[in-house]
Amino acid sequence: MLKINDLHASVEDKEILKGINLSVNAGEVHAIMGPNGSGKSTLASVIAGKEEFEVTKGNVVLNGEDLEDDSPEDRAHKGVFLSFQYPVEIPGVSVTNFMKTAINESRKAKGLEDMPAKEMLKMIREKAEMLEIDRKFLSRSLNEGFSGGEKKRNEIFQMAMLEPKLAILDETDSGLDIDALRIVANGVNKLKSKDNAVIVITHYQRLLEYIVPDFVHVLHNGKIVKSGGKELALELEAKGYDWIKNEAVV
Amino acid sequence: MDLKDKLVSSFMAFENNVDIEHPVHDVRTEAMKNFEKKGFPSKKEEAWKYTSLNTLQKIDFSIFPKKEKTLDYKDVKKYFIHDIDTYKIVFVDGVFSSHLSETTHDGVDICLMSSALTKPMYKQVIDVYFNKVASKEESLTTLNTAFSREGAYIYIPKGKMPKKPVEIIHFATGNEASLMLQPRNLIVVEENAELQVIERHQSLTTNAVLTNCVTEIFAAKSANIDYYKVQNDSATASLIDNTYIDQKSKSFVNVHTFSFGGKLTRNNLNFYQNGEYMDSTMKGVTILGDRQHVDHHTLVHHIEPNCESHQDYKGIYGENSTGVFNGKIIVDKIAQKTNAFQQNNNILISDKATINTKPQLEIFADDVKCSHGCTIGQLDEDAMFYLQSRGIPEKEARALLMYAFANNVLESVRIPELKARINKLIAKKLGVNLGFDI
Repeated sequence: MLKINDLHASVEDKEILKGINLSVNAGEVHAIMGPNGSGKSTLASVIAGKEEFEVTKGNVVLNGEDLEDDSPEDRAHKGVFLSFQYPVEIPGVSVTNFMKTAINESRKAKGLEDMPAKEMLKMIREKAEMLEIDRKFLSRSLNEGFSGGEKKRNEIFQMAMLEPKLAILDETDSGLDIDALRIVANGVNKLKSKDNAVIVITHYQRLLEYIVPDFVHVLHNGKIVKSGGKELALELEAKGYDWIKNEAVV
Repeated sequence: MDLKDKLVSSFMAFENNVDIEHPVHDVRTEAMKNFEKKGFPSKKEEAWKYTSLNTLQKIDFSIFPKKEKTLDYKDVKKYFIHDIDTYKIVFVDGVFSSHLSETTHDGVDICLMSSALTKPMYKQVIDVYFNKVASKEESLTTLNTAFSREGAYIYIPKGKMPKKPVEIIHFATGNEASLMLQPRNLIVVEENAELQVIERHQSLTTNAVLTNCVTEIFAAKSANIDYYKVQNDSATASLIDNTYIDQKSKSFVNVHTFSFGGKLTRNNLNFYQNGEYMDSTMKGVTILGDRQHVDHHTLVHHIEPNCESHQDYKGIYGENSTGVFNGKIIVDKIAQKTNAFQQNNNILISDKATINTKPQLEIFADDVKCSHGCTIGQLDEDAMFYLQSRGIPEKEARALLMYAFANNVLESVRIPELKARINKLIAKKLGVNLGFDI
């Protein structure tokens, strides 16, 4: 589904990604771990098409299509979803209205009519229930005054609504207490299918107890320095990142 | 003949139609003298540095409409907040329209300035309040005072609250090639009384209109006033709005100004805090395009201790539009424990749009909290990315963010139907066509 080939990306002439290779198939869950500043969030942003980053070499291919010239909205329409580490507050636009807008814009891009209001409401109700989101929450302004946990849960709610092919969860576990973490992880697990893929970006192993990865990759200094199965995450948890750093130097 | 000469010579004709024996006429005559001496303000004056009235002065405005025109309610219904019941004081080319209006004397007076200035029963109120807070120096205010005859008169006695909001609407029909209007409003809200007003000036054609309006507002002890100015006029209509507010202890006065259209709009909004423990709030949303110009000049004079003032103006300027924000705060030496906040944030969406923003703080007390902030910027790139990553195209994302930027000023609008209307106007102005059910 996703193929990243020798990806190099810079911001303001500073190279952050230094040759990433990654292959993700439908039905798989990949975890990307690594110390702060290793380029995890940059990788997520580059896949989603953030213009601030310049791809200097290599490419990102989704279902055989090079995404190079695609805007973030084009990528969203093709099924890429990024759950933000720091979701942005949009006062005056309710969660419901925002979702309606996002879904109908995606449909428009595919040449479809707006989703009928009834169908939309039904979908909103179902997905909100799945993530144990209160109805009142949906009429609040998007992310405005939301707690850290509410913001993250809202990100997963958006993911549930948009039904992406490739979901990238950037530090979705940060700011979540254990109950919220369980709800969010359950949501992600329910959304998982043989037709879609999930990339979980995290600093800690905690989330991976709930969303069990098929593959774990360690990112350090803009490169994937180690890949393995889910046991690699446990090893990292026990030993920290230093041994990886040392190994990388050697 | 330039506009000043025309106005000065028209004053004699005006005198034929008013009672020159009435004491109010002495006030008018004094005011005329001041205007004759000063004339229109020029760009040489600091307060008019960025707003020129030169072009307007070249237009041959009719000072008095020659013929009367009546309007059908169905043709102008859309300019009213028609989904709620309101009292209405409506003028057509400066003349009171009884069939479009709904005035009252039921416990409160919501009626006409022309009655208040002539009938003995209002004399006491006129003696105490008329031209008492309006400037006797500022030339355009004195010009209005000289020609003061018609407008809205609202008197809310102690402890009263009208059953519904009041709409003051001035229509210009285009019956004259170009028309100058000078409405004069007097609003007195006594102790513990409340009032909500929505004011609008609307030109119905593309003929030139110049409105020089003066509103005097008196908020007695513990009075509560919400005043909403809806400025969405045609591209050939200009408005100079002079509002003077005298506030007493524990009163609350909020003025919201929504500037979405008009050739030239100048808002002079002046608060005088004559008492303690009161709150003055000024909020504004400005969204302009084309060659439109809006100038917000605010003044808050903190005269006594323990008071607050809040200012929050948001502006979005596109195409060749120009904006001015000048917020002056004076804190007198005895006005300790004053809290004065001022915020002016602007987004320029075109390379040719301009905004001049200037806080002007004169603080003579030492135990005060005053803050001010002006920003001029573009939209937040992270927020843009967030919306786009959800599949919302760039243009729509931009509009949505501008909508969000302007929207938070609306939180304090206390008439839900008005809030909904303004929300829709903002969405329309920004081209947000996102199927909102707001």
